[in-house]
Amino acid sequence: MTGGAMNRATQTALLLVAAAALIAAPFYLGAYSLTLLGRVLALSIAALGICVVWGRTGILSLGQGLFFGLGGYALAMHLKLAATAKGELPDFMVYNGVESLPWFWKPFASAPFALAMVLILPALAAGLVAWLMFRRRITGVYVSIITQALVLAFVTWLNGSQGLTSGTNGITDFQTFLGIDLRSSGTGLTHGLYWVTLLILGVCMAGTSWLLRTHFGSLLTAIQGNENRVRFLGYNPAAYKIAAFAFGGLLSGLSGALYTLHLGTISPAMIGVTFSIELVVWVALGGRASIVGAVGGMVAGQLAKDRISSAVPDAWLYIMGALFVLVVLVLPQGVAGLLNRRGSAGGSEVEAGAGHAADLPRTSKTGEQA
Amino acid sequence: MDPVFLSGQLFTGLSVASLLLLTALGLALSFGLMRVINMAHGEFLMIGGYLTFIAAKVAGPGFLWLAFPLAFVGTALLGALLEAAVIRRLYGRPLDTLLATWGISLILQQAARQIFGSTGVPVTAPDWLNGAVTVHGGALDGLTFPYVRLFVIVLAALVLGGMWLLLSRSRFGMHVRAVNQNREMAAALGVNTRQLDLLVFSLGAGIAGIAGVGLALLSPVNPAVGSAYIVNAFLVVVVGGVGSVLGAGAAALLLGFTTALAEGLTSSSLAQAIMLILVVAFLQWKPRGLIPTRSRALEDA
Repeated sequence: MTGGAMNRATQTALLLVAAAALIAAPFYLGAYSLTLLGRVLALSIAALGICVVWGRTGILSLGQGLFFGLGGYALAMHLKLAATAKGELPDFMVYNGVESLPWFWKPFASAPFALAMVLILPALAAGLVAWLMFRRRITGVYVSIITQALVLAFVTWLNGSQGLTSGTNGITDFQTFLGIDLRSSGTGLTHGLYWVTLLILGVCMAGTSWLLRTHFGSLLTAIQGNENRVRFLGYNPAAYKIAAFAFGGLLSGLSGALYTLHLGTISPAMIGVTFSIELVVWVALGGRASIVGAVGGMVAGQLAKDRISSAVPDAWLYIMGALFVLVVLVLPQGVAGLLNRRGSAGGSEVEAGAGHAADLPRTSKTGEQA
Repeated sequence: MDPVFLSGQLFTGLSVASLLLLTALGLALSFGLMRVINMAHGEFLMIGGYLTFIAAKVAGPGFLWLAFPLAFVGTALLGALLEAAVIRRLYGRPLDTLLATWGISLILQQAARQIFGSTGVPVTAPDWLNGAVTVHGGALDGLTFPYVRLFVIVLAALVLGGMWLLLSRSRFGMHVRAVNQNREMAAALGVNTRQLDLLVFSLGAGIAGIAGVGLALLSPVNPAVGSAYIVNAFLVVVVGGVGSVLGAGAAALLLGFTTALAEGLTSSSLAQAIMLILVVAFLQWKPRGLIPTRSRALEDA
């Protein structure tokens, strides 16, 4: 590790190798592994949102499952209507004695509308939640608690509204999407879905990376460092935080829709409090301030979860719990932070550590620990 | 609405609010004092419940004399261990304490699942708590107040009163308030802040353990009970104002009644959503809670 340029060249090379391996994956992975990888890549898009919102802006949202769920349900509602004969009601509504299609289901019969809603609905919801919080300068742990309560309320409502949302069972039994038969077991579908997911993830990574290098991105980092100083410079931090939060919500929604497509179902249990916190932890493990770190953490974490929880189901929660504690105690900036520290001597770590200090004016102690 | 049903709903709301208050007290203290977000706090409640179950197994019908000290000391010791092993290293990093303690809550829940099973273990209340006061005549004819719920309400009132006395009248309380207002200054004046952190954290855990006794009397204890309470307990802290014991009391009542009323009017799933919308609306009006801590600091979380 002699200089920054060398380091960057190595990084680019590694990234290209990883990208090539991912693109070629359908040719050497088995069907099970490939579907698993596809699902994990879909989740990684939500990780990108957490990287922007938490890693760069310093807002820890424990409610990303809410926006993930909105995207997932928006698509699932369309898929359900597409699988239901014209003029008839989805099966779960019939079982629950619903007489006519609820008003908010009706427009989802149109595929373009549903696809637009996959992006618009979560972004709008996130923007609204952020507006309510940040314009009143609600910060730090309050945001975490409120977002967590929001996802709990959403899940409780979904569970309780059998006739409208299919409740705990979730929406399932999809058949076609844009004319493609989702029930076919051929490789065409699995490979296609995998590559589409990979492509979308790549576009989102490039887009996020570009966004973070703009003036807007610098302001987000500045807000994490010292929001008041940003305010005194004449900017309105609330507006930037709302925009960042809405962007994170949009990525979560997109992730949720892709995940629903991969899994063929969505249910409240998939998007609840545990899921939302788990997302955050994999991002923390990889490195929340780094795009590659966030995505890498999500991929590695989810793959490990799949393997370990099927091998030793009882031990999984112990392992995950211990990982939470260890990451926080030993690797506050994740694996990416560790690699950066090796590459360049400190520097950026101090800046990233200041994010904690912003929560509390006890800077001197934080400096030692960061 | 039927006044009997409404009053019954409000009474149930009051008993739920009592448990919520006992859970939130420890959170309010550790959050206010140390800026620690303890997601494993709900598991102290759970452990208090399981210790009550053990006390009932060991001591038979009159187990309460054993359950209270066992639950209090057991959870307080665990709290002390947790503070010394993990939380001590994370001061000044509230969001990180949140993640680390969430990990600990996962471990505790899984341990409970393996020791006690995933279905709830029932605790039979002592004979003298069986029964209810029934209202005869008047508009509220037929309304019943079960003794167990009354007991839980009295318990919460006693603990709240005791905490208030401890904080406002004792030397320990003075130190707690001093550290809460300005940690550096209190330390400079000779308060052993590290020791105080440990004591306060253990005390909060012990109170959650006592709440666990109340919980076990009302319903079977299961491994998920902590996570069911923790989100609402945090809302109590947020609405009440960080670090304020009185605020936590008022907020617990407010949230308990609102949920009970909303449940009576709609359904329990909608009630949760309604309560949350009200909390967010409330924070628009008072972002720092009912009883805010006054401070000149710009960046007071």
